[in-house]
Amino acid sequence: MPTFSAVHLEFIAFAALWTIGLSAIAFVGGGIVGFAVALARISHIRALRYAAIVYIQVVQGTPLLILLFLIYFGIAIVGFNEVPAIIAAGIGLTIYSSGFLAEIWRGCIESVPKTQWEAAECLALTPWQRMTRVILPQALRIATAPTVGFLVQIVKNTSLASVVGFVELAQAGKLINNSIFEPFTVFMVVAAFYFAICFPLSTWSRSLERKLNVGRR
Amino acid sequence: MTYQFDFAALLPYWHEFLQGALLTLQLSAIATVLGFILGTLCAIGRADGPRWVRFLVATYVEVIRNTPLLVQVFIVYFGIATLGFHVGADMAAVIALVVNVGAYTSEIVRAGLESVHKSQLEAADCLGLSRTQIYWHVVLRPAIERVYPALTSQYVLLMLASSITSQISAEELTAVANRIQSDTFRSFETYIVVGVIYLALSFIVRIGLWLFGLVVFVRRRKLGTAL
Repeated sequence: MPTFSAVHLEFIAFAALWTIGLSAIAFVGGGIVGFAVALARISHIRALRYAAIVYIQVVQGTPLLILLFLIYFGIAIVGFNEVPAIIAAGIGLTIYSSGFLAEIWRGCIESVPKTQWEAAECLALTPWQRMTRVILPQALRIATAPTVGFLVQIVKNTSLASVVGFVELAQAGKLINNSIFEPFTVFMVVAAFYFAICFPLSTWSRSLERKLNVGRR
Repeated sequence: MTYQFDFAALLPYWHEFLQGALLTLQLSAIATVLGFILGTLCAIGRADGPRWVRFLVATYVEVIRNTPLLVQVFIVYFGIATLGFHVGADMAAVIALVVNVGAYTSEIVRAGLESVHKSQLEAADCLGLSRTQIYWHVVLRPAIERVYPALTSQYVLLMLASSITSQISAEELTAVANRIQSDTFRSFETYIVVGVIYLALSFIVRIGLWLFGLVVFVRRRKLGTAL
């Protein structure tokens, strides 16, 4: 019976890179979609606003696991066979993070004081200018801390991509465990890798929050 | 796209869906109650405990919040087994969920405890309240009342996250779905149905916790305002 060795550690370390890669895909994809949804959520067009509300409610009200299963089987229905696991996992995590990022960013955009919106209008800025020159730069400052905090959630949730056969940290742990059956050691090592990725992000998010609150203390 | 949707194939299984949904609710309810108790105790320990308790709680919270629930579930399920105790999948699921949500609850309640103003404590002291009375009436209850909305969203997330325990075959809704889809080969339909059930459950949990808040926090109901 083989025991846990450097080879296994190397396999896990390699899988950690995939976890980071998948997180990056989810963050970039989710960021783009989520930003669009956040803008739709505060739009003046009622239909657009309601569509965004429904989208956010549905994404936040169903487990990511179910979302991933739906995409995995849905892709086959639309007619693609043999879609690489990274695409299915990437789409699922993109949808998931867009639903949460949209709501976080909406809050940040709306927390820019109303007088700023009015002042921009008085200066005859177009809605586009108002958004890009006045509102977003201020919202961005408020948004960094919660966004980095959500990044931790994304990294942790990539562990669910294992259900569609994507080999990231958690799946690598499962595979190794199947061959040597030392679950405690294997999953402790896997957990340590996740911690090593997430803890710096959490700490960073907290320090950003503190810096932002300096003026208010 | 020539796929024929066939939800009728799932009709004979309605009873199992219901059973799974009830088990999910049950699992989340137990985890919520125990996790709330654990989290509140940890928050108190971190705010007012001796140094080693504070350190212990801080470590617990950071470790849990920075690792995925899936890995925690595996560690509990397989880890306890290697230690020589036999626990069923449902039991392991409950333990993992309680440990997980306890850490999040602790952070939320701690924020509430920190928001209690010092002058409130001094006022209570002047009124001659005992230490326990002060802690219960002036610190803990208002603190929890203030962070109750945040706790509510956390427990809705917990209910959704309980789907992860299907990975160790705890018999909740997602595990039921996995079984039904392999029986019927109607995977897409099954997961749509289950997705809708989860959506309904999250509304139910949200409304349930809101009503519970109305009953428990009398002051908010009577004055119509938050603290």
